Amino acid sequence: MEQVAEQGALPGAFRLGYPLLRGRWDEMVATDGTLRPHWESFIESLSALPSHEMERRWEGSQRLIRENGVTYNVYGDPRGLDRPWQLDPVPLVLSAVEWRAIETALIQRASLLDKILADLYGPQDLLAEGLIPPALAFAHPAYLRPLRHVTPPGGVHLHLYAVDIARDAEGKWWVMADRCEAPSGAGYALENRVIVARTLSDMMRTHPVEPLTPFFQKLRDTLMTLSPRNREAPRTVLLTPGPYNETYFEHAYLARHLGYTLVESEDLTVRDGRVFLKTLDGLQPVDVILRRTDGSFCDPVELRGDSALGIAGLVQAVRAGSVVVANALGSGVVEGGGLAPFLPRLCRRLLGEELTMQSVRTWWCGGDKERDYVIANLDKLVIKPALPGNGRMTPQFGDRLSTAKRAELTDHLRRRPSDFLAQERPKLSSAPVWEKGMLDPRPMMLRVFLTAHDGGYAVMPGGLTRMAAERSGAMVSMQQGGGSKDTWVLAEKHDRPITTAKSFIPPVKLVRGSLDLPSRVADNLFWFGRYVERTEDVTRLLRTALSRAGNAAGLGAAEELPLALELLRRVFRPPQAQSSEVAAIARMAFDPAHTIGLHATVERVSRMASLVRDRLSADTWRAVSRLVQAVGGVSGGDKRPTIEDKLAALNDVVLAGEALSGLAMENMTRGLSWRFVDIGRRLERALHVVDMLSGALAHEDGINGPELDVLLEISDSTITFRSRYLSAPQFAPVLDLLLADESNPRSLAFQIAALGGHMDHLAATRRTVFYGPEQRLTIWLTGALRTADIMTLCRPDEDGDHRNLEGFLEVLRSKLWELSETVTREYFTHAVSRSSAPTSLRDAREQLP
Amino acid sequence: MMFRVRHLTTYSYVEPVLMAHHQAHLAPRSFDGQICHRTALRVTPIPAALDDDGLDYFGNHVAFFTLQDPHRTLTVEAVSKVEVIPRSLPAPGETPPWESVAEMLRRLAGPVVLEASEFTFDSPFIPCGDPAVIAYARASFPPDQPILAGLLDLTHRIYDDFTYDPAATNLATPLSRVLAERRGVCQDFAHLAIACLRSLGLAARYVSGYLLTKPPPGKKKLKGSDASHAWLSAWVPGFGWIDIDPTNSCIPGGEHVTTAWGRDYGDVSPLRGVVLGGGDHTLKVAVDVEPLT
Repeated sequence: MEQVAEQGALPGAFRLGYPLLRGRWDEMVATDGTLRPHWESFIESLSALPSHEMERRWEGSQRLIRENGVTYNVYGDPRGLDRPWQLDPVPLVLSAVEWRAIETALIQRASLLDKILADLYGPQDLLAEGLIPPALAFAHPAYLRPLRHVTPPGGVHLHLYAVDIARDAEGKWWVMADRCEAPSGAGYALENRVIVARTLSDMMRTHPVEPLTPFFQKLRDTLMTLSPRNREAPRTVLLTPGPYNETYFEHAYLARHLGYTLVESEDLTVRDGRVFLKTLDGLQPVDVILRRTDGSFCDPVELRGDSALGIAGLVQAVRAGSVVVANALGSGVVEGGGLAPFLPRLCRRLLGEELTMQSVRTWWCGGDKERDYVIANLDKLVIKPALPGNGRMTPQFGDRLSTAKRAELTDHLRRRPSDFLAQERPKLSSAPVWEKGMLDPRPMMLRVFLTAHDGGYAVMPGGLTRMAAERSGAMVSMQQGGGSKDTWVLAEKHDRPITTAKSFIPPVKLVRGSLDLPSRVADNLFWFGRYVERTEDVTRLLRTALSRAGNAAGLGAAEELPLALELLRRVFRPPQAQSSEVAAIARMAFDPAHTIGLHATVERVSRMASLVRDRLSADTWRAVSRLVQAVGGVSGGDKRPTIEDKLAALNDVVLAGEALSGLAMENMTRGLSWRFVDIGRRLERALHVVDMLSGALAHEDGINGPELDVLLEISDSTITFRSRYLSAPQFAPVLDLLLADESNPRSLAFQIAALGGHMDHLAATRRTVFYGPEQRLTIWLTGALRTADIMTLCRPDEDGDHRNLEGFLEVLRSKLWELSETVTREYFTHAVSRSSAPTSLRDAREQLP
Repeated sequence: MMFRVRHLTTYSYVEPVLMAHHQAHLAPRSFDGQICHRTALRVTPIPAALDDDGLDYFGNHVAFFTLQDPHRTLTVEAVSKVEVIPRSLPAPGETPPWESVAEMLRRLAGPVVLEASEFTFDSPFIPCGDPAVIAYARASFPPDQPILAGLLDLTHRIYDDFTYDPAATNLATPLSRVLAERRGVCQDFAHLAIACLRSLGLAARYVSGYLLTKPPPGKKKLKGSDASHAWLSAWVPGFGWIDIDPTNSCIPGGEHVTTAWGRDYGDVSPLRGVVLGGGDHTLKVAVDVEPLT
């Protein structure tokens, strides 16, 4: 356990609150209990806040994090997907002087690692000279042999580099780990700044902090200069492994901030030695790929054949120089820690300088002396795999091993020494976190980001600070439940204009409407629209039924219940036994486990939204969060909700759904994204109208006043009807209003007209004089509705049925389904046809002797 | 001795393939044991892009081609004229003890040893460190055993202990199972021998190529009846790389044509690719190795 040494002498409200942890450097308070000078102004402002003000602001920020959907996926935890991001409101403050030293040291390290990469993928002199043990390159899974002798533009391999640094008890900084493959965290750092800047805006005004956005501008500049052609407006994409990756939120966030298209591997294809993006407008050439996929997974032809995340032929395109990948494929070989003991000599050899910031003391067990030292000193060390992906061993703390485990590890170390490395464990410095209205120390580590720039490297002034979950925590990891902080580097000159976080404007030509929409994204937007509409439809239906069942004296008449129930049954298809009981159906509808219940539908809305979140506005995203919360409210709570509770919750869901639809309608530019969302909504609503009418016709009690009231209510057309007819509902006018009236936004005809407009617009991009199959369908549907004789259709047969109308509705339904399938085939097929496994692995293999 | 080698691969797909990227290791390389006088690659349908003058990381010839139009069959034919130059081997007893070779590879001096050292590590198809493999290897390499004597012994033991059985394994069969069940094909035997040698810290590489086969006495050799073959090569200081063929319990000397070498099958598979569409497929391979006089 950590010992609390003494209390710091802090001003104001925090005088008594902050303990120092024995044996650790504290970032805020010196060992003599005085506040470090660069924290003074921050603490002053904090102390000046009225009590509870900080608490109040912080609650606001937590809501912002939830609503902005800032998440971090935790592997192996079914509930871990989309876990809200943990952010502490108190920033880590660093002085300008200290930062300059860190900056210089890390720029040196980035240049060093880049030169090592150039050698490993070039002459391999460092191996021949014995400066790097061959095992650390040749056995490294990220050493990608097909990339040898492929020199990237300007010879730069490492474009984006992240490094974890930590401070020991004496206040000295050490490098804990290098991240060279596809470093994560820069986007989270930016998002942290955006949120903290909003929470503590007054403090940032009085105490200037270095802004983060210029760093991203530099990254953009660098990637732009890499482009092999088209230097003014290169097409740059951000390649993500997909929504199940732990930092997917960040991929979408960065893509939006940098103005790049977010793509998955199946959105790209290699033809004629070039990489193309599959868009609705055909194939568009790609110049630069900023990748978040590990290099070895990037091309199943030449790299890992079992990769489903790769782009076949990418290495050939890179070799031909027609596309640039950043970081260069194979950059991960200098990651993993094994190189650390060799860096001082490498630095002298490659840069002619001493290494400024040391790595945490590391022993690679491939050497006899090192192996023996590690075995003899296990208690003081943490043992890790020397090469990533080797056996997936988690770091082992020597002093926490049982005797048996210890013997096992020692045995491994003797048999396969070069598989392991050992590191000393410095006592991490502590920094204050906000805990129950007080400041409390936590061990911390800082991730700093660098981008290649202008022949050298530029450092993000700040970074991602991460803390352990406990005072005594030894591990600092988001996967292990720790939190993060914004990092403030104090600006040197106080008279400098203050820039708060804001997106810069990408230097592009003015474009109206863009066809750069990947087919996969269009597909997801379409289903997003369908599920949003389905949520609304189902909710209205439930509300109608429950209000009839709850209190016959209240809202609706009891005789309206049977049809409402009949329609619900059509949606939820309960087992026969319970079909007559409204409560049973309601339970199914609210059951989170039911696959077509309200929860499941909203779950799909939120899943689709997360797949296309780089295309949704922040407000739309917030509206999705509200909808999820509203549905959570329907079944949440411990006590069994009454029908009144459920009705209130359903009202919330309807409102949240309408807010979402409204945003999608009003705030999305009328581009292709909006169009596909709307196509989805219109199709779903059209099918719903047809289903409800068919349901009413199948109803045993016939269609009379109460049934017509229900139909009008679930179609949100009651008011329209009353204002138009000033009388009790009759079948023909209701049918006309719901089916053929193009001025009623809830009618089938209205949906068909809107769909027709969309189809014409999409088809225009095809540049052909003929109508496409999807256009022919909307034209047919329009004609069928306009020429339908409603009075005749309404007339019952001799036996009182409506066979004509039933048949008509049946035809409409099948045409609508055909339309859905046609849209899928015409516009989304890029997304569904997926390359099969590599032939070499799928084969039984050649007959070999 | 001069050979003409023809390697014909035919893929038939149930559904049309819309797009395909392939990589071929079909052109024999030249080195001090062999001269490749001529080689030609013919792909049908004609590829949209064909790049056949590249060398891979290990110095093998590698060709890349892309098909962008729908097709239901793909044929790849490589025809080469190769001269194999037999080499004389050192007397096994005169080669250094295997421990000294392992030590030299570990201590590493100079580029030649560096090149060999690359073949001492695990590779995707050949994970080392399995105690059963080490135990199997040890039996051929007692202390102070001259390395070539150990190699020959290992080769003979694999030949004696293992049954050739194409039905027993496929590409995904792990080495541990090959060892446990004592069955497999040339590729498995080569991988196993390599794993044995690497487990001892020795350098061994995978060799893919062809073997001249003879028809049963009195019968005429059938067209396309040969096959591609795989064996391994081990590094012996002072001499270089020595091939051994555990499938036939021999040291290749004149009738083995080398195509390419690498760490394991994955580095040098004759044809490897990714196709879009295609559904199920069947694969036919016909190889002819003809001696030219």
